[in-house]
Amino acid sequence: MASARNNRSAIVRAGTKGKQWNRFKLFLYALPAIILVFLFHYLPLWGWSFAFFQYKPGKSLFDCVFVGWDNFTTLFGNVVMRRNLFRVLTNTFGIHFLGYLFSPLPLLFAVFLSEMRSRKFQKFVQSVTTLPNFIGWVIIYSLVNSFFSTNGLVNNILLEMGVISQPFNLMTSGEHVWIRMVLLQQWKNLGWSAIVYFASIAGIDQQMYEAAMMDGANRIQRIRYISIPMLIPTYFVLLIMSIGNFLNTGVDQYLAFGNALNKESIEVLDLYVYNLGIGSGQISFSVAVGIMKSAVALVLFGMANFASKKIRGTSVF
Amino acid sequence: MNAKNKMSIADIVYNAVCGILFILFALVCVFPFYYLFICTISDPSLVEVGKIVLWPRGITLKNYIEVSRLPNLANATMITLGRTVIGTGSTLLITSYLAYFFTKTQMWGRKFWYRMVVATMYFSAGMIPVYLNNKMLGLLNSFWIYIIPGLVGVYNMILVKTSMEALPAELEESALLDGAGYLTRFAKIVIPLQKPILATVGLFSAVGHWNDFFTTQLYITKPKLYTLQFLLYEFQNQVKNAAAQINSASEAMGQGSTNIQPTGIRLTLTAIVIIPIMLVYPFIQKYYVKGVMIGAVKG
Repeated sequence: MASARNNRSAIVRAGTKGKQWNRFKLFLYALPAIILVFLFHYLPLWGWSFAFFQYKPGKSLFDCVFVGWDNFTTLFGNVVMRRNLFRVLTNTFGIHFLGYLFSPLPLLFAVFLSEMRSRKFQKFVQSVTTLPNFIGWVIIYSLVNSFFSTNGLVNNILLEMGVISQPFNLMTSGEHVWIRMVLLQQWKNLGWSAIVYFASIAGIDQQMYEAAMMDGANRIQRIRYISIPMLIPTYFVLLIMSIGNFLNTGVDQYLAFGNALNKESIEVLDLYVYNLGIGSGQISFSVAVGIMKSAVALVLFGMANFASKKIRGTSVF
Repeated sequence: MNAKNKMSIADIVYNAVCGILFILFALVCVFPFYYLFICTISDPSLVEVGKIVLWPRGITLKNYIEVSRLPNLANATMITLGRTVIGTGSTLLITSYLAYFFTKTQMWGRKFWYRMVVATMYFSAGMIPVYLNNKMLGLLNSFWIYIIPGLVGVYNMILVKTSMEALPAELEESALLDGAGYLTRFAKIVIPLQKPILATVGLFSAVGHWNDFFTTQLYITKPKLYTLQFLLYEFQNQVKNAAAQINSASEAMGQGSTNIQPTGIRLTLTAIVIIPIMLVYPFIQKYYVKGVMIGAVKG
């Protein structure tokens, strides 16, 4: 009797031990991939220390002067630095706010297209308008250049028709840069961003439309009172999520379209960090700007997460 | 029936107005590609003076022959193809490997590790620290800068993990009885059932590799490691710099313009970079909707 009980507890003990080992074994399997994530996402944090030194390229960090928070105060204290920071932040905000003005466009695009009679037409427009999303900015620059440079298609047509007497050069012009960048983003992303709404529309209960039709609602009324209100929650969720990315513009587009003449209004925060750090070798300052950016991004993301929790009851993280 | 007849005029107006708008936008999306293509097969001298509008004129393959003579084109093509194929293949493998083990709820400290990995989507050390780090790891001027940092795609990992979690647990259990270990089950049972999501993720990753030029700009100075996109970017920069010089007017005419690639060459190189995307696009189409949807649900 006693031996049987001992036996059983031994088995149970071996079982839990085996389980423990299994739990750890699973971790060991995943470990190499986790190490990769650590190497390329967490290890770079050591680079933050550069912001607290007066780093000169080619020197070891240990030979550089420790300056504490001086680099940060210089960013705001030095007139030139402050003006530059203010300028690139204005550009980043300006381009993003203009982008937000266009943010209902994918929703409307999806609603109006899905009300078209022909399925084939819908599919056709969808696949054609999604194509630009897969094209990189360097290529887009080439395409835009062939249309809008001084000997591009648009200039040639306008000259031939006598609308203008001098070719204009949109590519190097420093004016209306923000709106041009945003319009290009629309061209690239509109069809793509609409996909989410197409799927949401497919999920709307058809009985609602049928009931509305019985009551004599016409197409515009169905759009106005059913489709759009049903999609508004999706719209807001996406909008909130984009807040966390407010400072992230990426550099591809601005690097491709930037030049000496439009630099003033095209240089966004990310591009500024790049130009400052890699272009002019001001590693310490650019890391300091980067740290502040990461801090602000974290706060923005926290806010977006909080808002998401309040509105749809689930947090992202 | 009656109601349908009554609304038919409104229907016609709606279909006409919206139809025209949509066709216009569709044209705006497609015409640039068409125009680029007809320029590349037209007589370069006609392109230079803007005589090409809707149809190719003086059809010739001169541009393509000229482009094929560019000294580093073959090399750049190999690098681009290489990074796209190797990069996509390896990231698919590692990403789904990690995703698989994250579906195992018994993993020691799973919640912590998972959060640590996912947090990297929202928090970054910044461009310069990442640059310094990659430099320290010896990835400067190395082909592996194109591959290794992107091995674990966190966003894709979430997509794949979500998809794996939808598999019935019995599938793996039956294999467990046969004595199959985790790796066998991963390779023989889970992966074959994840083809749709892996196709989606793989195509996104491939397009990302193909379109990337900033990695080269940031980490590569050896022309041997240039990609096609970067080559194109360089050509564009030559033109920009020349234009800036002319505009600054202090520089004398004709100076520095000798090494600029002519318009025809740049357009043709653009076409060469676009063609593979166009070729895979019909296949991407089948999958991208799925990818966007899972992403939106999880996002």
